[in-house]
Amino acid sequence: MSNLTGYCALGLYVASFILYVWHLYSDQVIVGRSATLLLAGALIAHYYALMERAHLLHAVPYEDLYGSMSLFGWFLGLTYLGLELYHRRQSVGPFVLPLVIILSGLGALLAPGAAHSAPARGVAFALHVTTLMLSYSAFTLSFVFSAIYLSQDRLLRSRRLSAVGWRMPPLELLERMTRSGVVVGLVTLVLGIGFGLIVEDRLRGRYFSFDPKEIISLLILIGYGVYLWLERSTAWRGARASLFCVLNYVTVLFSYTIVNLYMSSYHRFF
Amino acid sequence: MEIVLIGLNHRTAPLELRERVHFSPEQASRAAVELRSTGVLEEAVLISTCNRSEVYGVPASLQVDSAASLEQCLCGFHNLAPGSLDGSLYRRQGRQAVEHLFRVAAGLDSMLLGETEVLGQVRDAYKIALADGATGPTLNRVFQGALEVGKRVRSETALGAHAMSVASAAMKLAEQIFGKLTHKRALVLGAGSTGAKAAAQLRQRGIGHLSVANRSAERARELAARVAGECIAWESVTSVLHHPDIVVASVSGSEWMLTREAVAEAMAARQNSPLFLIDLGVPRNIAADVAGLYNVYLYNIDDLTGIVEQNRKSREDEVPRAEAIVAEHLDKFASWQAGSQAAAVINDLGDKLRQERENFAVEYRLELERFAPDDRERILRLMDSLLERILREPSARLLKEREIREKLQDIELFRDLFGLGKGKR
Repeated sequence: MSNLTGYCALGLYVASFILYVWHLYSDQVIVGRSATLLLAGALIAHYYALMERAHLLHAVPYEDLYGSMSLFGWFLGLTYLGLELYHRRQSVGPFVLPLVIILSGLGALLAPGAAHSAPARGVAFALHVTTLMLSYSAFTLSFVFSAIYLSQDRLLRSRRLSAVGWRMPPLELLERMTRSGVVVGLVTLVLGIGFGLIVEDRLRGRYFSFDPKEIISLLILIGYGVYLWLERSTAWRGARASLFCVLNYVTVLFSYTIVNLYMSSYHRFF
Repeated sequence: MEIVLIGLNHRTAPLELRERVHFSPEQASRAAVELRSTGVLEEAVLISTCNRSEVYGVPASLQVDSAASLEQCLCGFHNLAPGSLDGSLYRRQGRQAVEHLFRVAAGLDSMLLGETEVLGQVRDAYKIALADGATGPTLNRVFQGALEVGKRVRSETALGAHAMSVASAAMKLAEQIFGKLTHKRALVLGAGSTGAKAAAQLRQRGIGHLSVANRSAERARELAARVAGECIAWESVTSVLHHPDIVVASVSGSEWMLTREAVAEAMAARQNSPLFLIDLGVPRNIAADVAGLYNVYLYNIDDLTGIVEQNRKSREDEVPRAEAIVAEHLDKFASWQAGSQAAAVINDLGDKLRQERENFAVEYRLELERFAPDDRERILRLMDSLLERILREPSARLLKEREIREKLQDIELFRDLFGLGKGKR
């Protein structure tokens, strides 16, 4: 995203974030609507930035870490916008937008000026990475919802709900949104792994190579599967399940950073 | 187009007097007709709520003391002795009357600062007057402005955003836990006035299922019937405690009504689904250590009063923003009013000049008869065109340019200068 459109998208994300925070404190309808409009504008600009990069590379725009982060940020913003429009709740924006800004910002600011052309790897590879990025975005949103749930639960129990707390979504809605995020994340993760198996078979003639990335992906799958079971159980439903969801996200982050950068043999960016 | 207002409210009159001056919608409609038919007002709108009765009007004549006439009508309508409202009535005129209405619609003049109901009451009063044809251009403009002020204050400020009573604070908390209450179950323990208020609030918020239990089964049945709920036997309360998501307790007695053991048992039976307990009893009805149970949220009367107090402060912080919206709309109205007055003056000036031209033609009839009839007609038409041309530019500027109107300050001076009289009003 090392181009003018990318910086423009970043600027719009920052402006949208400021308006979301303002809206959280002031509760002014016009400020909230402007924040949403700016976010939509940022996502459009970001999309064109990704397309420009794809044309430059003659490949999908996530061949390197920066492109990948940028796409991750774009999916995160897009899925959040979809949820916001569906649930008509803008109070989560100030907590999601910083992650979008960090991901897109690092993608825009650290990307090398002249991107190298990457080898074409076919449609299965593109779908593999795209669905996995979507699953990371969904897991990120479920992490944010769970964290807000934990904070709201604590404030409600301690009877110290602040003005901002009153504007947060209800606990039951946060639970539902977390569950939706995890379900979407799991479905896309399964699809992503499936496309990955196809690519693996085509490139190396086998489906599984015990690469750390493959192992951690299975652990993520199991972890979130366990969450879906726990959050309906008597002992865990509520705050405990939300805490488990927050902890699960650590494995997602570990997979995206440490594994990708240092451990995997062929899921590395450099 | 001067607006007058007389009225009384919770600050100026006790409840007994407010009750006597209250207008039902039908009475408001009839009073507006009377005020117009007797020639006191040309336009009239009556707002009457439990906290205020106000008459807004445009007087038929500026020469008459319209406020005094209105007071007489008000007393007459409610069969009150003349002067019985002295000291309770307030009178406002012009900009002050408009400002008062805008503040009322914004909730700034309410007993409960920022309450939202008053906007609906202003809207209803205006609709009644509109349907009766009791409004005209001035009150239409003022009331539409007031409704806009009310809407903006509610959407752009948090003046009416926070709960201001213990019962509504409890309902807000319930919504903060469960979201919409339409699929939730509630149990009200105690059928006294507090229990009844809580039950009414729950019903108003659309609770899915409502049960009532009370030591006296009779009172429980009465309350249950009033709020379309189910009556539960007092003895079976602990055995059905796993059903409701919300429990409101307001029972008199010195022993815990709900103990930790009873609630823990209910939580196990409801598979730890969140349970919101509202303890409005003094002394308390629910053991304090219940709050330590997983997924149980317990609030007592002090907790809720604390929230209400916090909310009151938050509302007060919003007052300057609401006042700014009122001021903005007041300026808009003043500008519109000045424009309308200017238009009336220009019309009158045009009429005056045309009249002068007629008089001129009569005065110089002999001179004009020297011309052929066609030429005479042409001369008169040219004179008309000249008058139109003289008036065109100043008229346009007076209507369009706010600065010029502000410079003139008092458009009525124009009337004096050109001898236009006092106009219609």
